[in-house]
Amino acid sequence: MKISVLDRVLLLATGLLAAWQVAVGIVGADTLPMIAYTVSFGVLLVACLLLIILGLDVLESPIVVIVSTIIPLGLSLGLVWEHLPAYRIAYLVFAIAGFLAIVITRLVPRRNRLPVILLASIHGVAGMTIFLLPILWAINGRATPGFSLVGIGGALIGIGGLLLSFLKTGKPILSRATILKILPALLLLMTAAFVAGFILA
Amino acid sequence: MKLTASLIRTKFKLYWPLTKSLQTALLLSTGLAGYMTARCPVMHWYDFLGLAVSLFLAIAGSTILNMWYDRDIDAVMNRTHHRPLADGRVSHGEALRLGLILSLLGVALAVLMSPLYGLIVFAGLFFDVVVYTLWLKRRTCWSIVWGGISGGMPILAGRAFGTGSIDGIGLLLAFAVLFWIPTHILTFSMRYFDDYQAARIPTFPSTYGFHATRVTIAVSSVLAAISIAMAGVLIGVQWGFVRLLTVLSAGLFLLAVASVFRPTERVNFGLFKYASLYMLSAMILLSL
Repeated sequence: MKISVLDRVLLLATGLLAAWQVAVGIVGADTLPMIAYTVSFGVLLVACLLLIILGLDVLESPIVVIVSTIIPLGLSLGLVWEHLPAYRIAYLVFAIAGFLAIVITRLVPRRNRLPVILLASIHGVAGMTIFLLPILWAINGRATPGFSLVGIGGALIGIGGLLLSFLKTGKPILSRATILKILPALLLLMTAAFVAGFILA
Repeated sequence: MKLTASLIRTKFKLYWPLTKSLQTALLLSTGLAGYMTARCPVMHWYDFLGLAVSLFLAIAGSTILNMWYDRDIDAVMNRTHHRPLADGRVSHGEALRLGLILSLLGVALAVLMSPLYGLIVFAGLFFDVVVYTLWLKRRTCWSIVWGGISGGMPILAGRAFGTGSIDGIGLLLAFAVLFWIPTHILTFSMRYFDDYQAARIPTFPSTYGFHATRVTIAVSSVLAAISIAMAGVLIGVQWGFVRLLTVLSAGLFLLAVASVFRPTERVNFGLFKYASLYMLSAMILLSL
């Protein structure tokens, strides 16, 4: 599928936002969350560049499932490390083990449903963490209201993940063309929400 | 008057493709970045303009001379047979004169600006035209090393113009470009393998095979990324930009590794495009 000029512009804007976030970092973040955020936004940046260069067909690649796991896992790890100190180690173990489990189940062909269950569970936990934590923190006054934008970004990344998953399973709720059409705009909105949320936090 | 303007426009349209504008612009950007890395406390616009003009003239001139000498190769390659020199729209004598004039003007301006800077610009031109194009390109696939050395000269020249000497950082930056060149050229020689075979130009893929070429690209990508990162740290680039450089380098490295273990035409083309984008981004980040 040929990538349109508008899609290129949207992806470039997303990439630039992600690059900016990597460059400025998160004010006051410790080393580990900084690394986690850098990895997440870095993956987003490189993914946008590759989409611009190679076109949206690159989403068909089996490696996309693995790479797209890094973004929510990294962001959620950073958030947990910063805002839920009691769960730091547990979540770090979950993030590493979850990522490795997805890599292994995707690289070693299996006929059962384990890869799908693992993917849904790990994405689900990471996505809900990114969605709920900032919103709850903003509601109970532990963070500024602007921080809830990170949660909005979490919701958008969840939608994007769902669409991509449906695309990969071959049973999309929307047509392939529609998913690919809205994906660049969704990525931009998601990234803008994350960046704005971290600035306003 | 109108006739003259029309003639100039026509000539410009014919001459411009001879300069390989994108390649020239990329090399020019490395030269300007090299100058910016010197972090001169006071920067004069005329120094910057002089640097840009002299580098542009020298790089464009050497590219035209390269194209002039390789017109027989271009004529038999599908990718290049439509070039103005290869299809006869520009005569070889005209191209030779244009290449020599631009090269001489570029080097002369560079020498006037600073003898050391001029010497490095001349060295780049010499390595590109004489060593790479005239002597080695048709004899050995290792000619790209010399092409790489000449490609590293603009950034070294820019840095030397800014600092007034050749220092370790300048050499490191030149190494970065030298190691980046194989990623650029070897992916190209795999993509247009049949063209190069038809023109009987020895390339890495035709001499050592595709797998060895991909491994070479991966190794050189790592070395280029390491050189740029080291130069960035030594220059004192802000940590945020170092993080960004690391991310972009990781992308380059992963694409190179993917091209070794899962080689496809798409990955190869992606690596080629990404490598150019990577170098341009790295130059911008080092300049900031």
